[in-house]
Amino acid sequence: MLATLSAAMLADTSGQALAHASAWAVFAVGAAMILTGAAGVILLRNPVHSALMLVVTLFGVALEFIDESADFLAAVQIIVYAGAVVILFLFVIMFLGVDRKEAIAAEPTKLQKPLAALMGLVVLVEILALSRVDHWASGAPAQSGVLNGPGDNVQKLGQAVYTGYLLPFEMTAALLVIAVVATVVLSKRSAGSPERSSQGDAELSGRAGDPEDSEVSL
Amino acid sequence: MSIALLASNLVAAGTPASTTTTVAKNCTVAPGGTKVVGLCTSANSLHISVAYRSIAPMLILAIGALVLLAVSAVLPKRPRVGLYPALTSAIGGLALLAAVLQWFDGAAKAGTVEIGGQIFYDRFSVLLLILISIAVILSSLASDGYLRREGLDGVEAYVLMLMSATGAMLMAEAGGLIMLFLGLEIMSISLYVMAAFHRRRTQSGEAGLKYFILGSFSSALFLYGVALVYGATGSTQFTQIASYLAGNVPANTGVLLAGMALLIVGLGFKVAAVPFHFWTPDVYQGSPTPFTGFMAAVAKAAGFAGLLRVLTQALGTQQADWKPIVWLLAVLTLGVGAVMAIAQKDLKRMLAYSSISQAGYVLLGVQAATTQGSSAALFYLFTYTFIVIGTFAVVDVVQGKGEARTDLGAIRGLARRNPLLGAAMLVLLLAQAGVPFTSGFLAKFYVIQASVDQGQYYLAVIAMLAAAVAAFFYLRVGLLIYQAPDEAEAPVSTPGGGDGVFLAGLEPVPSLDGNVATAVLQAPPSGRIRVPGATALVIGVSVLFTIAAGVSSFAIDFAKAAYSLL
Repeated sequence: MLATLSAAMLADTSGQALAHASAWAVFAVGAAMILTGAAGVILLRNPVHSALMLVVTLFGVALEFIDESADFLAAVQIIVYAGAVVILFLFVIMFLGVDRKEAIAAEPTKLQKPLAALMGLVVLVEILALSRVDHWASGAPAQSGVLNGPGDNVQKLGQAVYTGYLLPFEMTAALLVIAVVATVVLSKRSAGSPERSSQGDAELSGRAGDPEDSEVSL
Repeated sequence: MSIALLASNLVAAGTPASTTTTVAKNCTVAPGGTKVVGLCTSANSLHISVAYRSIAPMLILAIGALVLLAVSAVLPKRPRVGLYPALTSAIGGLALLAAVLQWFDGAAKAGTVEIGGQIFYDRFSVLLLILISIAVILSSLASDGYLRREGLDGVEAYVLMLMSATGAMLMAEAGGLIMLFLGLEIMSISLYVMAAFHRRRTQSGEAGLKYFILGSFSSALFLYGVALVYGATGSTQFTQIASYLAGNVPANTGVLLAGMALLIVGLGFKVAAVPFHFWTPDVYQGSPTPFTGFMAAVAKAAGFAGLLRVLTQALGTQQADWKPIVWLLAVLTLGVGAVMAIAQKDLKRMLAYSSISQAGYVLLGVQAATTQGSSAALFYLFTYTFIVIGTFAVVDVVQGKGEARTDLGAIRGLARRNPLLGAAMLVLLLAQAGVPFTSGFLAKFYVIQASVDQGQYYLAVIAMLAAAVAAFFYLRVGLLIYQAPDEAEAPVSTPGGGDGVFLAGLEPVPSLDGNVATAVLQAPPSGRIRVPGATALVIGVSVLFTIAAGVSSFAIDFAKAAYSLL
């Protein structure tokens, strides 16, 4: 009896140590992903590759959220940012032409580069100074507010969505129907309309994405 | 952190205490730890009863939209003429039937909160559901002729119309701010697309873009207001906000006031109250004409439903704060709407400003903040639905292919070209002006009465003055209808000099004399106007209701019954 109890306690403490170590490992991997992705966004030549590197950064951020027990934020981070926002970026890049040469050598304003470097330096110093404030960066895991009753926040959110907010949740689907129909309406080229001007054409096809935009922002 | 939790769970799972147990009915706890137990202890709260009858009209419209899409997918490319509008009005008819049955439902009579508190099921919402169903039927019939004439016929317009009405019904039935916002978005996004529906007209695309950008902006403000009100009161449900404010004084009234102001701005945009009306003339002018009528009827009704719910129900205890704001909004809306309408040369633009000034009268009812005022506002919205859809249906017939003629001159001599159409337009214009024996008179009378009963004499006087100003431009158009079309065959472009004769003795505003007169004197169209059957039906129903509701008071009894139990 005593032996099993002590074994359980031993397992518990070693489990905690293991958890601590693995949390650090997850943090390190996440941080590496964030930094690699961020560097890739700036350094890569091809804008499509840059956008994909942004996905790596966002996945790294999601990983850090999981490390901090913010499961829901992690899921939202991946669904909204990696899933929707970056795809939107890619759409824009594809629309504008991937292989188009941009004249970025000529600077529109002379002071831009030194000013950017100065601002970056100020922010870096600021962060370093703030990290010295001991109660601000204590190294302890983040403490979220007390949840009302048992269950974690994903569970709570799920219960809220499928009980009290069932109807709003279901009705959001109406926006998808509208978005599909609206895209057809605004981008369809009707057979009997040769007189349509090309300018109005471009304007309308540009607007086709609008309902989808607002849907994403919801 | 979570990994540590998981580890301790695994350890706990080894002990015999947490093997499979039954905590509540239909609830078993599998071996595995606290997460499952947590789900089970709240098992009873996980059950939600969905009272389908409370949202039946809305479901009919939403499912109907999907059925329409499915039908269009299996049908050949060019289906039988008039199939889609017939189906749409049948769906609208079903929704109307469901809403009428709801009216006699005991639960609606008593007023209950359904589906997790998201839906207010009372006669106030049922009346608006009836209104929206009628608007769908009338607008779908009125759109048929337009869409076929412009070569835009297809299922999309009707699907968008049904979805938009679904959103409006959600707004009318909303039990909380989240539901209200969702309804607002569903309704508005459909309306943005409907405004831009005429792909070959530049004005239409422009109207859609303008409506979209400004509408999104106002939605964002509304959402900010929702957040602030939630922050101040701790709830987004109307009843809970009201009960909190009845028992407590918010720690920070500034947050509540800012939230309230933002909510008024967001909804004020949808109903086109004056400082937030700048989109209205352009959007009403650019949108396809029958859709403009739908927009004016449904968006206004739903917007005012939201405004009444938020102000009189959720923030009823804060009357002292919002009444002066609504007072000012009402005065500005009445004044600007009436005065600007006079200066308009375009028929649709004039009607847009007229719809702004009509919103001012409804605000009068809102401002009274009494049962009487709210039922007067509902009555106003109900009569206005018929009037505005009928009016825009006439304008649609008059303007001709490609919306070629929407200037005031287009309507000159309408009575010669089609006597019945001319008479119908005259009745509808007189109703908007508030002439006795039309529904418009009773509607204006009741809102002003509600205002006077609250001691708001200045507001009542301003409203009556605005009505007198408005009567001028309605009568000007009314007289143009009965002028001979061949009276001014040659376009007269020089301002002044006998132009007043063509305006039938009425002197326009001097500085605008030249402009108005030249616009009127563009070569008037001639030839008999053929009215499509469905459109004729819509105009006939509108006129009949306008007269019937004007001579008997059944509609106001209806509206009073809707509000007396709120």
